[in-house]
Amino acid sequence: MNNSQKLPRLLPRWFRSFLLYLGLMLLAIPFLFPFWWMATSSFKTYKEIFAYPPTLLPESWHFENFITAFTYQPFGRQYLNSLYISLAVTAGVLVVSSLSGYAFARIKFKGRNFFFILLLSSLMMPPEVTIIPNYLIMNLLGWTNTHIPLIIIPILGAGGVFATFMMRQFFITLPKDMEDAAKIDGLGWWGIFWKIGLPLAKAPLSAVAIITFLNSWNNFLEPLIYLSDKTKYTIPLALTGYIDAYGAPMWSVQMAATTLSVLPVLIFFILAQQQVVESFAMSSVKG
Amino acid sequence: MKRKSLPQAKLDNLAGHLFIAPQFIGFIFFVAVPILAVIIFSFQDRNLLTGTWEWIGFDNYSFMFTKDPYFYKVVRNSLFFSFGLIIMNVSLALFLALILFQNRKGMVFFRTLFFSPVVTSTVAWVLVWSFMLQSDQGTINQFLKLIGIQGPSWLGSTGWAMFSVIFIRVIKNVGLNMIILIAALKDVPHDLVEAARVDGANTLQCIRKIIIPMIAPTILLVIIITLIGSMNVFDHIMLLTAGGPSNSTLVLAYYVYYQAFLTNEIGYASALAVVLFLVVLGLTFLQWNMRKKWVYYEQ
Repeated sequence: MNNSQKLPRLLPRWFRSFLLYLGLMLLAIPFLFPFWWMATSSFKTYKEIFAYPPTLLPESWHFENFITAFTYQPFGRQYLNSLYISLAVTAGVLVVSSLSGYAFARIKFKGRNFFFILLLSSLMMPPEVTIIPNYLIMNLLGWTNTHIPLIIIPILGAGGVFATFMMRQFFITLPKDMEDAAKIDGLGWWGIFWKIGLPLAKAPLSAVAIITFLNSWNNFLEPLIYLSDKTKYTIPLALTGYIDAYGAPMWSVQMAATTLSVLPVLIFFILAQQQVVESFAMSSVKG
Repeated sequence: MKRKSLPQAKLDNLAGHLFIAPQFIGFIFFVAVPILAVIIFSFQDRNLLTGTWEWIGFDNYSFMFTKDPYFYKVVRNSLFFSFGLIIMNVSLALFLALILFQNRKGMVFFRTLFFSPVVTSTVAWVLVWSFMLQSDQGTINQFLKLIGIQGPSWLGSTGWAMFSVIFIRVIKNVGLNMIILIAALKDVPHDLVEAARVDGANTLQCIRKIIIPMIAPTILLVIIITLIGSMNVFDHIMLLTAGGPSNSTLVLAYYVYYQAFLTNEIGYASALAVVLFLVVLGLTFLQWNMRKKWVYYEQ
């Protein structure tokens, strides 16, 4: 036992650090390489992406793939679709979840526990469970092949429930003194929520916003089922649409479009990494 | 004036109900009604395209458990996927967390790096991997060829497809579990580990005898979160293998979609969805109870 304890000590300190960083860098390859390969392949010709031996950098830089990405399908339009749908969903979820999260944490009303457990039951429900009736309902209302189901279902359905839980968890831990003082001053529940509760909730609100936006931006199943018009597609659905007349994927164009879709998210993540990571840790219900 | 005369309890009731109204109305329309509908549909023979339906009692369920040639394969694949995912994901997450929770130079950089696939869209991630994992001309096999290894058809052979799907998913999501475990590791009292060190325990012993038991509740939580998340694999399966080859990656979430929207048998698909619902519901309540007890210290 003493031996096994002393053995690593025999190696000089710098060498052990070196081994540690080397190991971490090797481990990082499968995490990083896909991004590298995606970005570089989008500048390669169709021939070069399958070249042997494979090239880590394009032999010559081609920008045609990016142009084809926009001409082959209405990618610009699809990009805007994703952007406005995600923003609408985020705004809606913030309103709905802060209101009901606050009520569940602070207001004692009849049936609170009952409603809460009911909501809890849908906290982690996969969308596959309700997708059939939801599709039929949307079909009945004539809302298939529109963006309406992609906006209202995530706000009002099971997808937004995690946000209510995050808001509740936050408000429960907030000290009550200020609210009590405001109550004595005659402020109603709305006033207390709006003037005291909400301004203190910037951290959980931004966490909810980050996660909701990403979920919506990355959503695939619902657009796949509800949308049939290419001009109405969102980005994830569009990315799967770069297929040539023979049914084969147009890889280099697809990688160019994928790069364009991933880039803003990665830049945002790098700029606000602390906050993004904390948001995910706070929600910690997805995985 | 009139509002002031209302008793506080009534005011609270009114305010509470108004505050949760948007969520609750939404819940009724987009969760409660659909779940009831799915349960009702599961007792019907219903077709998506023709819209025709009739009551057939428990026939969907008895077909599922006794006649459907795929169902047990689906159950087996789903179990294999979930357990494979949990073992690989949680052990890798724990390993990374144990290294990266230290206050060393560069640890935050590596944390960011291992986390970056989490924020990336599943579709983008999966498309890049399916591009790299093609059988002959795929990137990975080209690189393997450089060092003289003939790589298998990662997504096209029954032996490798499921493993590849699990691997791609683990790399995508392991950062999240890593972050949760790092947070737990930072809460382990430092003096406890120091004391053990003074008593002559080596690093491995400290990890096994002190650190792991201290963060066991979080590990358990991470396992359950990963398990529930593993039910939701539609994107991966759809874009990597579409359930193939020879149904070796056919799992429950994808099978629901397949029966509902590819064969249009929404009655039978609903019965499958009910099974999925019950499994996730049970796990959700299990997780909630644990989280209440061990992770969040609510008053």
